[in-house]
Amino acid sequence: MIARLFSLNTIVGIITAGIRLATPYLYATIGETLGQRSGLVNLGVDGIMLMGAYAAFFVTFKTGSLALGLLAAIVVGGLMGLVMAFFSVTLKAEQGITGIGVYLFGLGMSNLLFQKTLGTVETVSGFPAIHIPLLSDIPVLGPIFFRHNLLVYGAFALVPISWFILNKTTLGLKIRAVGDNPEAADSLGVSVTGVRYLTETVGGMLEGIAGASLSIALLNVFQENLTNGMGFIAVALVYFGGWRAVGALAGAILFSTVNALQLWLQVIGILIPPDFAIMMPYVLTIVVLAFTAQRVRAPAALSKPFERGEG
Amino acid sequence: MHQRVARDAKPRMLMESLLGALTPLFATLTALLVGAAMLLILGANPLEAYSAMLRGAFGSTNAVADTLVKATPLLFVGVGICIAFRGGVLNIGGEGQLVAGAVAATTVALALPQWPGWAIIPLCLIVGFLAGALWGGIAGALKAYLNVNEILSTIMLNMIAVQGMNFLLRGPLMDPVQIESGSFIPQTARFSTTTDLPRLVPTRLHAGAALAVILAILIYIFLWRTTIGYRIRAVGLNPDASRAAGINVKRYMMLSLVLSGALAGLGGAVQVLGLHHRMFTDGSATGFTGGAGFNGIVAALFGKLHPLGTIPASVLFGALLVGANQMQRAVQVPSSFITALNGLVVVFVVGSDILSRRRARRRESLPSAEVPALDVQPEAEV
Repeated sequence: MIARLFSLNTIVGIITAGIRLATPYLYATIGETLGQRSGLVNLGVDGIMLMGAYAAFFVTFKTGSLALGLLAAIVVGGLMGLVMAFFSVTLKAEQGITGIGVYLFGLGMSNLLFQKTLGTVETVSGFPAIHIPLLSDIPVLGPIFFRHNLLVYGAFALVPISWFILNKTTLGLKIRAVGDNPEAADSLGVSVTGVRYLTETVGGMLEGIAGASLSIALLNVFQENLTNGMGFIAVALVYFGGWRAVGALAGAILFSTVNALQLWLQVIGILIPPDFAIMMPYVLTIVVLAFTAQRVRAPAALSKPFERGEG
Repeated sequence: MHQRVARDAKPRMLMESLLGALTPLFATLTALLVGAAMLLILGANPLEAYSAMLRGAFGSTNAVADTLVKATPLLFVGVGICIAFRGGVLNIGGEGQLVAGAVAATTVALALPQWPGWAIIPLCLIVGFLAGALWGGIAGALKAYLNVNEILSTIMLNMIAVQGMNFLLRGPLMDPVQIESGSFIPQTARFSTTTDLPRLVPTRLHAGAALAVILAILIYIFLWRTTIGYRIRAVGLNPDASRAAGINVKRYMMLSLVLSGALAGLGGAVQVLGLHHRMFTDGSATGFTGGAGFNGIVAALFGKLHPLGTIPASVLFGALLVGANQMQRAVQVPSSFITALNGLVVVFVVGSDILSRRRARRRESLPSAEVPALDVQPEAEV
């Protein structure tokens, strides 16, 4: 049994699954990272993901078009991000609690719509795997990296893109300035409100795609509470990744690979109770954070509403 | 001039605090209005739905009792949240702490069936209290000494507690009858009747509700009338000034999470001893808690993070939940409608807070509202 665990095929299988499973975490974590860099905490990620997953699935199921499904998830996610921004930026509501409200709303609403419009668990044929010519034939690396579907590639492409935007563009500078010192940014003519609305809306869109990646690319079903708390993990991975795109990548891959590993352990019947196996990634996240959290610094204005003329 | 201000101040203050108390109520009504629109779209009659809701929550002695039973865990969690948020830590771990307390109390109740009630009930409650304290304390220690964000660790600890509960209920704690009959429903045996909390009136209302109210009063006294309570609030209001004043900020942050978790844990123990008399799981946290770990936070905010304010707020939310169940049966809407409505209420209530704060700012002569500085960083020893 131990020999089977360490065979090359097994290891390749686990890492491949880890890469695949990292997809929703990557979209959601990078979306949340954008918001947090500008000073907004959004705990409603899971609710937004659920709504995105439902919208994508429903539209794809009815129209047969994956592109329309994905678009629906982006629109719904963006709208929910906009609502979140309205409450936390304009109404200056306590962000952690607003997020829980948005989560509960998304959890209930997505299931309500599911029951009213679909009723039973259906399946769609999701985004097909694209074998990248030549590269996908490389032994070991081919199956691990180059035989995935479009949304998986998109998630990984998002890492350098968001890194570039955050660190190499004027917009990124504005986002970071608004998150670290909104007073200074404001005095230099940057619209704190505008930037925060933008990051939260774009973040919502990405969280919508995260949901869609589950319902029309990885699992190809929708059911009640499909995400099962993934959105909360995504929030945790933002802290884990130290508010950086590359950190988000490391966190998402670590988390999902451990998850793939525990699924595999259950499949081959290694004798750990499944409940403990499911626990593993959560425990690991806490342990790793305990060792790394000392070094990273949160955006200084995180979760603090901006008030012109104060402080 | 001076005199006139003084004379006007009193009725104005009364007016202000009345408005302050009514704002969340108006927000709830607005959320219910949006819910009414949703009901119309679903093809249900909102008037019929909401009158069923009202009847379900307050229509009979049993309904009122059910409302109070539902309010009890919200109050336990909510009073704990008052401590945590006043101390500047965001405890999102109510779900996990409820579960930890319930599991601990369950283990003791099942292990000692021969013990008389006067001994076993306090023991179970204490064990639940301690288990919750431990679960909150882990997050507290991680925040205070390793700088791990408590939002994150409490969310993770929720997940871990649920899996631990699932393991125990599918394994060592499973009802032997379930194993013999081969049905393997993940629940424990019914506890010995010696562990049943006494009923207050011949309904489902148990002594746990009274205990929660007593604790809310005690915690109010603790937070506002003792040195330790004062220091917890000082750390929440201004950690830097507290540090300068010689308060051990880390220790008090940890203490607020420990106490907050302990109260939720006690709430979990009360749930199993007073209401269910056994423990069960559907695999998720909400299957056992009914979301009380989250709704308790909302109730506390509703009560302006004041333990006494949290009492009526919990009753209101208990009524909302019980009434919603009745409404669901009366007009045949899926139960997920209630979850969505619950979310709307939360968002509207927090959103309406700006109105109270605006008023608070306008009356500059009066003491400004105490707002704790949430999400305090423990390090930064300047």
